[in-house]
Amino acid sequence: MTIPRALGLARPGSATIRHVAAFCALLLIALLVNATRVQVVQSGSLDDNPANRRQAIARFGQPRGDIMVDGRPVTGSRDTGEQLRHERTYRNGPLYAPVTGYASQVYGTTLLENAEDDILSGTDPMLAPLPLWNDVSRTRNPGGQVRTTIRAAAQQAAYAGLGGKKGAVAAVEPSTGKILALVSTPSYDPERLSGTSASVARSWASLNASADKPMLNRAIRQTYPPGSTFKVVTAAAALDSGTVTDLDADTKSPAPYTLPGTSTRLTNEVEGCKNASLRYAFEWSCNTVFAKLGADTGLSDMLGTAENFGFNDGGLKIPSSVAASNFDTSMDSAQLALSSIGQYDTRATPLQMAMVAAAVANGGSVESPQLVDETTTDDGDVVRKTGTSSLHRAMNPATAMQLRELMTGVVEEGTGGNAAIPGATVGGKTGTAQHGIDNSGTPYAWFISWAQKSGEAQPSVAVAVVVEDAAADRGDISGGGSAAPVAKAVMEAVLAGS
Amino acid sequence: MTGTAAAPPSVPAVRVPRRRGTEAVLIVVAVLLSVYGYCDVGLAKNGTVPPGAAGYGAGLGVLALLAHLAVRFRAPYADPLLLPIAVLLNGLGLVLIYRLDLETPGDEAAPTQLVWSTVGVALFIGVVLVLRDHRVLQRYAYICVVAALVLMIVPIFFPAVNGARIWIRAGGLSIQPGEFAKILLAIFFASYLSANRSALAYTGRTVWKLTKLQLPTGRALGPIVAIWLLSVGVLVLERDLGTSLLFFGLFVILLYVATGRIGWIAVGLVLAGVGAFAVGSLEPHVHGRVEDWLHPFASIDAGEGPNQLAQSLFAFAAGGMLGTGLGLGHSILIGFAAKSDFILATAGEELGLAGLSAIFLLYALLVERGYRAGLALRDSFGRLLAVGLASIVALQVFVIAGGVMGLIPLTGMAMPFLAQGGSSVVTNWIIVALLIRVSDSARSQPVGAVGAAA
Repeated sequence: MTIPRALGLARPGSATIRHVAAFCALLLIALLVNATRVQVVQSGSLDDNPANRRQAIARFGQPRGDIMVDGRPVTGSRDTGEQLRHERTYRNGPLYAPVTGYASQVYGTTLLENAEDDILSGTDPMLAPLPLWNDVSRTRNPGGQVRTTIRAAAQQAAYAGLGGKKGAVAAVEPSTGKILALVSTPSYDPERLSGTSASVARSWASLNASADKPMLNRAIRQTYPPGSTFKVVTAAAALDSGTVTDLDADTKSPAPYTLPGTSTRLTNEVEGCKNASLRYAFEWSCNTVFAKLGADTGLSDMLGTAENFGFNDGGLKIPSSVAASNFDTSMDSAQLALSSIGQYDTRATPLQMAMVAAAVANGGSVESPQLVDETTTDDGDVVRKTGTSSLHRAMNPATAMQLRELMTGVVEEGTGGNAAIPGATVGGKTGTAQHGIDNSGTPYAWFISWAQKSGEAQPSVAVAVVVEDAAADRGDISGGGSAAPVAKAVMEAVLAGS
Repeated sequence: MTGTAAAPPSVPAVRVPRRRGTEAVLIVVAVLLSVYGYCDVGLAKNGTVPPGAAGYGAGLGVLALLAHLAVRFRAPYADPLLLPIAVLLNGLGLVLIYRLDLETPGDEAAPTQLVWSTVGVALFIGVVLVLRDHRVLQRYAYICVVAALVLMIVPIFFPAVNGARIWIRAGGLSIQPGEFAKILLAIFFASYLSANRSALAYTGRTVWKLTKLQLPTGRALGPIVAIWLLSVGVLVLERDLGTSLLFFGLFVILLYVATGRIGWIAVGLVLAGVGAFAVGSLEPHVHGRVEDWLHPFASIDAGEGPNQLAQSLFAFAAGGMLGTGLGLGHSILIGFAAKSDFILATAGEELGLAGLSAIFLLYALLVERGYRAGLALRDSFGRLLAVGLASIVALQVFVIAGGVMGLIPLTGMAMPFLAQGGSSVVTNWIIVALLIRVSDSARSQPVGAVGAAA
């Protein structure tokens, strides 16, 4: 073989080895660039991928901070040593479930566990001893504490008062908006949802399937037709707008009352409503008088007053969000008349009706309801303190004084006698709300009230109770019968503690 | 082939420094780094230095010392970086496996891996002591290829493990014969190509005069087609995409180095492309790997939870720039194969991009030292052998690192020295022993005698 390049072929060329080395260098660069892509560029989105368990592992890697009632924890933490290590425990879970919600390994968080999750799980940057400390040290702070405004005695009184019945209680301090009790029954133990075992999945399925809806927080997430308790709002609108000026004057109301523009006749369950005074009509809950009063006051004033009490506000947070209570914004006179006695499309959460009672007790001003007093670090240093803030002025102070008189009359002379407390001034309003197709459903019993201890400057508690007791005899359901004793127990508990 | 061991004394002896002291110092550093990592894991996980720290350090130290003595005694001119890099990678691998063992009580792999590492170092010492001249291997080229074929075919008769028929299981011992076949094939390729370079380089017709792209003739094409068929056969019969890719890549690289003909690369790429496409679309196991690579989060969207590749990417991402620190990551979420194929994810999560880059650079340095030895050698076989062995390491690192990080489809392959797997760690120690041998030959050649051996 005579090959021109024979000498060059003596050894495999150095150039080709260098080419191969350069090729390997390219592979190395590709690996490094790709590593930068995964570990730096896409790092954040991969960390946040819901299927990535690392955040959950870190989250449950330390005991969760506690939720406190009256300075005592109502929650706890159990170290299981498993992958999602610390499980939430609850002391008296069913009693406080509408306050705490659950903190599950599998199903996330609700209510305070959800709203204050950053504090409880230790991720809130305010918990860090120094700004950016956690970013530098790659550590997590111990979970902080959430101190609630709940009074244990009031909460227990409400829970015991409702007993086995379906219903809800919301109690607030009128001057501050602090929520003193928040109960929903039937309730459940949130601890059943802590952990990752099969029993957790079974609990979740059965709680969701239950016809009683134990996980529904009726006090803030369920709206009911408020029935006659809404007459407080109607009375406030009528007095503020000047439709009525004298509580004891003849209201010139027919009974039965034919709804404007229709042939529908509205009747009363009590006697003496024809041409009754506002005082009599309020004390004995005359539907005819208040339906006509609402229609006379007009949509604009009725709507304005209702919204100043807090109706139609979907943005209320305590800090969990509260379902919007409804008062329709466009109605004809007949619909407005029905809405004014808490029927038609008017709906309210128990918390909203507690705010109505509180507004009367607080001179017409609605304070922003709050469930959290303050949040602290695990050693008690305050992180945030919730201040009192006024939400709206629902009515003039003079109107509020008149309504206090009317509501006191309900308890002292009218339908609310069951709520009377010796040694205290109590104002209230009963309600029985029809619902269902052709009002076929079991009526809801309502009672809203406030109480002022003798010798104190202002009422210290306002409460709303709703009982949707399907088991009771239809005739027995009235706010005065089923709901007022519950409200009384709650008010007594608050008055005893203050 | 005379007077190879004893260099001709007549040539003025201007010799390169031996640098054995440098090697010893670097080995001490490598052992100390490994022991530090071992203690760090214990401190992070349990708050105490692991009880076996002293024994572990002493064991690794004695192994490294013996290997060093063997090199000092029989390969005094060997490249001083090769052995320390191997010791550090093996030590780091043991640390990572020990670290993952803490998450899987009852399934401890580190002690077994330490035993295999000892076997590997023993074979390293054996090769360095016994093999005095790498050119001897050239004589056994055809025995090597037969042995390699046997090793690759035998596992086909054993049950498949996790979809791949690459294991021999006997008496509680698992051996992956394909690992050893790598070295044997590298020896065969180097030998065959150094003997047939002329025929492969200067036959064929020019198809495209302007670019001088010459295609080889059919007769010369025979061997490459045979190797290609072998690779595809491995792929189809054993479902081992990684090994198939490695063999084929190795052959194409050596063919190019031997002949300098771009035409071979073109032919190789076309054949690889055709093979990969055909198998990728026809063979379900491989097809699934390609799908996973294209859509790593498809299983999450389908509600089945993250697959291994997604978990691996999560682990790397969690590491970020500096890592969580040894013992503080959660790469165990990868589950099956976390200690073997996916070991790099633990390094990526706990040592971060910084540590991962350092590991890549260690491999790059190892490979570069192999190529450097190849460049310096004068005999064709030695040059090809050095390039081949270094390329095995390079390709293997790229294929598995690229696989677990979503750069290329994932193929089951062991990260050299790091991953759990006895056959792999033993094979890699032999590769390093052979590189030590050829680098010793390269650096002990008298300077100024270039061309004399041609």
